[in-house]
Amino acid sequence: MSKLVLRNLHRRFGSFAAVDGVDLALQEGEFVSLLGPSGCGKTTTLRMIAGFIPPSDGTIEMDGEILSSPQAVMPPERRRMSMIFQSYAIWPNMTVAENVSFGLKLRKLPAEEVRRRTGEILEVVQMSHLAGRYPAELSGGQQQRVALARAIVVKPSVLLLDEPLSNLDANLREEMRFEIRRLHDEFRITTVYVTHDQAEAMVTSDRIAVMNAGKIEQVDDPFSLYNRPRTRFVAGFIGRTNFLEARLVGDRLGLDGFELPAAMVQSAAGPGERVLLSVRPQSITLHHAPPPDDGDRVSVPAQVVECAYLGEHWDYVVVPQGSGTRLRVTAAPAQRHQPGEAVWVRFDPAQIVAIS
Amino acid sequence: MSTTVAPKVAAGPVAPSGGLLRRLRYLEPATLLWLLLVGALFFLVVWPVAELLITSFQARRTGEFTLSNYAAAYGRQRYVDALLNSLALGALAAAISAVMAVPMAWACSRTNMPGRGFAWLTVLAAFIIPPYLGAIGWILLAGPNSGWINQTWSLLTGSEASLVNVYTFWGLALVIALNSYPFIFIFTKSALDLISSEMEDAANILGAGTWTTTLKVTLPLVWPMMLAGIILVFLETIALFGTPAIIGIPARINVVTTQLWQFFEAPVRAEVAAAYAMPLLLITAALIGLQKLLLSRKGYVSQTGKGGERRVINLGPWRWVLFGWCVVVCVLSVVAPMIALVQASFSRAWGRGFSLDNLTLANYEFLLFGHDAARGAIVNTFVFSAASATLAMALALAIAYVVRRNLLPFGTALAFLCMAPFVIPGIVMAIGFYAAYAGPPLLLYGTATLMILAFTTRFLPIAYANGAAGMQMIHPEMEEAVRILGGGRLTAIRSVVAPLLKKALLGGWLLVFILATRELSAAIFLIGPHTRTISVLLYDLSEEGNFEVLSALGGILLVITLVFVGIGMRLIGRDFMLRRSSE
Ligand SMILES: Nc1ncnc2c1ncn2[C@@H]1O[C@H](COP(=O)(O)OP(=O)(O)OP(=O)(O)O)[C@@H](O)[C@H]1O
Ligand SMILES: [Mg+2]
Repeated sequence: MSKLVLRNLHRRFGSFAAVDGVDLALQEGEFVSLLGPSGCGKTTTLRMIAGFIPPSDGTIEMDGEILSSPQAVMPPERRRMSMIFQSYAIWPNMTVAENVSFGLKLRKLPAEEVRRRTGEILEVVQMSHLAGRYPAELSGGQQQRVALARAIVVKPSVLLLDEPLSNLDANLREEMRFEIRRLHDEFRITTVYVTHDQAEAMVTSDRIAVMNAGKIEQVDDPFSLYNRPRTRFVAGFIGRTNFLEARLVGDRLGLDGFELPAAMVQSAAGPGERVLLSVRPQSITLHHAPPPDDGDRVSVPAQVVECAYLGEHWDYVVVPQGSGTRLRVTAAPAQRHQPGEAVWVRFDPAQIVAIS
Repeated sequence: MSTTVAPKVAAGPVAPSGGLLRRLRYLEPATLLWLLLVGALFFLVVWPVAELLITSFQARRTGEFTLSNYAAAYGRQRYVDALLNSLALGALAAAISAVMAVPMAWACSRTNMPGRGFAWLTVLAAFIIPPYLGAIGWILLAGPNSGWINQTWSLLTGSEASLVNVYTFWGLALVIALNSYPFIFIFTKSALDLISSEMEDAANILGAGTWTTTLKVTLPLVWPMMLAGIILVFLETIALFGTPAIIGIPARINVVTTQLWQFFEAPVRAEVAAAYAMPLLLITAALIGLQKLLLSRKGYVSQTGKGGERRVINLGPWRWVLFGWCVVVCVLSVVAPMIALVQASFSRAWGRGFSLDNLTLANYEFLLFGHDAARGAIVNTFVFSAASATLAMALALAIAYVVRRNLLPFGTALAFLCMAPFVIPGIVMAIGFYAAYAGPPLLLYGTATLMILAFTTRFLPIAYANGAAGMQMIHPEMEEAVRILGGGRLTAIRSVVAPLLKKALLGGWLLVFILATRELSAAIFLIGPHTRTISVLLYDLSEEGNFEVLSALGGILLVITLVFVGIGMRLIGRDFMLRRSSE
C-alpha cells in the first residue's frame, strides 16, 4: 500500500488553477521531488499535503485515511508530518536546543527522552556545540541544519521540504544536497521535496515529478527522466537538448537536409507522420574525417558555425550540409575546431528519444 | 510499514461520505474565538455608532421617528454660532500651529541651525503635556490682571490695564496651538527628510538662491504632508473639550463640544446632543478621507528619497534667527506654562510668587490624604487606563492576527471597524456609548465598566496600528512550523507569536495607557459619582477656581505621564510616542 496518495488534486485561486489535476503516490520511505519552473504549483501542492490549504477538488490520503478533501481538511497539527520552510522559520525566541526539542515536548514525551533525542539529532547534523545559541547568532547553513534537525527529530510520518536550499550560497547548497540525502538514507522518512533546481532533485531523489502549469508531466527516477523524457517540456527542462523535427518516410527519418535510419529511434509514429526527436548535445560527436561506419551509428557532413570554451567542455553549434538546423554539441576540452571548419557529426541512436 | 503515527479513522472505512462529521472533528477550537472577536467589535464600535444615529432620529419618550431633535439642535442661533465658532477656532489654531511648526521642521531637517536636538525635545515635551494642563498654565500666565505676564507688565510700566488676556478667542486658539503644533512638525519633518538635496541642486543650478529654492521647490514638495498635519490639528481642535471648557466657558466662547456638554446638564437631552454631534462626525470623516488622499499621493516626495544624498543648508547668521524662534516656541509651549503650574502647585497662594514662605506641600498632601475624591480619582485613572489599554491591545492584536492570516472571509471589514473610531471624536463616541449602554437593558451608567469600554473603543485604532505593525514582522511560516509539528494555533500564538510581539505590544500598551490617563472628552459624559478620573476632577476643580490644588493635581498627572513615557522610551525607543500616535 502506498504511504501518501494524491488523487486528482486541484486547487483554484479564483478562476486560476494553480494545481490542475495532480496524481501521485509515494511508497513508505520514498524520497520524491516536485520539480518545475516558478509558479507551476509546487508550493501549493506541498501546502495542501501539509494541510495549510484545502483542495478545491480531489483528495489526499495517508495510510488509507483521507486527510484532505474539498469537504474537510484535517488541520496540520494532527497530521504528524514535518515541514522545512523556505524561510527556515526557526523561532528566534528559542535557542537551538529549544527549537529542536519543541516538537518532542508537544508530543508530551518524558523529559529524559526529549533531552536524549535532541542531543542525538544535534549530533547527527553536527550542531551539538551550538545548542545554546539563539538563531540570530547562526549562519544560514547552520539555521538550515537546525530546521532539518527540528523536522526529523519527531520521526514524522511524512517530511515536507519547500526549496530549503534556495537561500544558501552555491557551495553550501551543494554540500547540503548530500546532507539531505544522507539523512534520508539514515532515517528513511517518506519525503516530498520541492525545488526548481534539477541538480538538487537529481542528487536527492528516488523519483522526480516534473510539474508544469499545475500538472505533473512525468514521474520517474532521475536516470529515466534524463534519458527517456516523455514530453517536450521534460526533455527541455531536464538538461539541455536539441529538438529536431522529423518525418517518417519508408525506413528513413527525413530531417531538414539530412536523413537518419528510422530503426535508430523507437517511435509509435506511422508512415508520413511527424516525429519530434530530442538529441542531447553530448550524444553527438564531431570528427575531422568521416568516421568508420560501425553499423548503428550514423554520420553526416556539417560545418562549425559557433564555438565557446567553458573550461570543462567546448560548446559548438554545427549546421549539417544543406540544412537549416543548428545543432548544439558538447565536446571534450582537447577537441578543438574553428568556426567555418568542415566536420562530420555522428549520432548515437541509443541517446536519441522520440517524443510523442 | 513502520510504526505509523497517523491517527486512524475512528469509524469505518475511507469514504468521502460523513462529511459533516469529519468537518466537526477537524474544526479548529480557535475558530470560535474569532467569532467572539466579531461580537466584541460589534459591541464596542458598531452598536454605539448605530445607536447614536438612531437616537438622533427618535422622539424622547415614544421612540417614534422624528426630525425634531435636529430642529431643536439647530433651531437656536446660539447653537449654530457654537458650530461656526468651532470651525473658526479649528482653522485659527491650525494656522498658528503651522506658523510655529513649519520653520522648526525645516530647520531641524535641512539646516545647520544649532540646537536641533533641543528643538526635537521641545516638540516631544509639548506633545506629552496633557492639553488642559497647558491651559491651566496659561491661565496663571495670562489671566487678566493677576496673570504673571500682566503683573510683570504693570510692575514695569505702572499701567493698570492688562497686556494680555487668555480668556479671548485668540487666547484660546493660541493655547490650543501651543499643544497641537507637534502634529504639523512631525508630518512636515518626515516629508522633508525624504527630499534629496539633488532636487534643490537642480533648482540652484538654474540660478535660484537658497530662499527661492526653499519656497518654490522644497515647500511645495512637502505641501501634501504639511496639509495632512494641518487637517489633523483642525480635527483635534474641533473635537477638544478640556481647553475650550476651562478657558472658553469663562470667556463666554461657546463651541460645539462645550455646547454638547450643556445638552448633558440636567435634564439630559441625549437625543438632541446626538443630533447636534452629527456635523462634527461628518466633518471629521470627510477630512480624514481628504487626508488619506493627500497622504496616498505623497509618493512623489518619497520617490526620489531613497539614496538621494542630503546636504545640510548653511544658513549663516540666519541660523540664530531660527534658533531664536525655536526658543520662543519652547518657552511658550513648555517652559513658561509648566513653571507656572509647578510653582502654583507648591504655593500657599500662587500670586505671591517664588518666596520660601510661600512654599508648601500642603496642596499635594491635601490631594493625596485629605481629599477622598482625589484619591479615588487617581486610583480610577490607573485602573481604567490599565484595563482599557490591556483590552484594546488584546482585541487589536487578535484582530490584526485574524486579518493578517486571512482567518475570516471578511477580515478587511474587521480592520476597518478597528480603525473606525479614529474618525469619531471622543466626545461623539461618548454620546454613542451613553445612548447605547447607559440605560436599559445594560444599565451601565456610572459604572467603571462603561468607562473602560468607552476608553477601549476610543483607543482601539492606535492599538490596532501597533498590533498590525507588529504582526507584519512575523512570517506566517513561524507559526506554520509550530502547527506542522503538532501544536494548535493557540499554542503557536502562545509560544511564538506572543514572545516575538512583546516589544510592539508593550509599546502599544504604554501609548494607550498614557493617552487614557489624560482622556477627558469621553470621560466627562460617562462618569458617575464613583468613577471620576484625574482629568474629570481637574475640570471640576477648575470650575471652583482653587488654582493651587488644581495645579497640584495637574502635577500628579504630569508625574504619572512622565514616568510612563520614561519607561516607554527606555524600553522601546526615544520616539515611541511620536511615531505611532501620529499615524
Ligand atoms: N493565495 C493565492 N492566491 C492567488 N494565487 C495564488 C495563491 N497562492 C499561489 N497562487 C498562484 O498559484 C501559482 C502557483 O503558486 P506556487 O506558490 O504553488 O508556485 P511554485 O511552483 O511554488 O513557484 P515558486 O518556484 O516560485 O515558489 C502561482 O501562479 C501563484 O501566483
Ligand atoms: Mg514555491
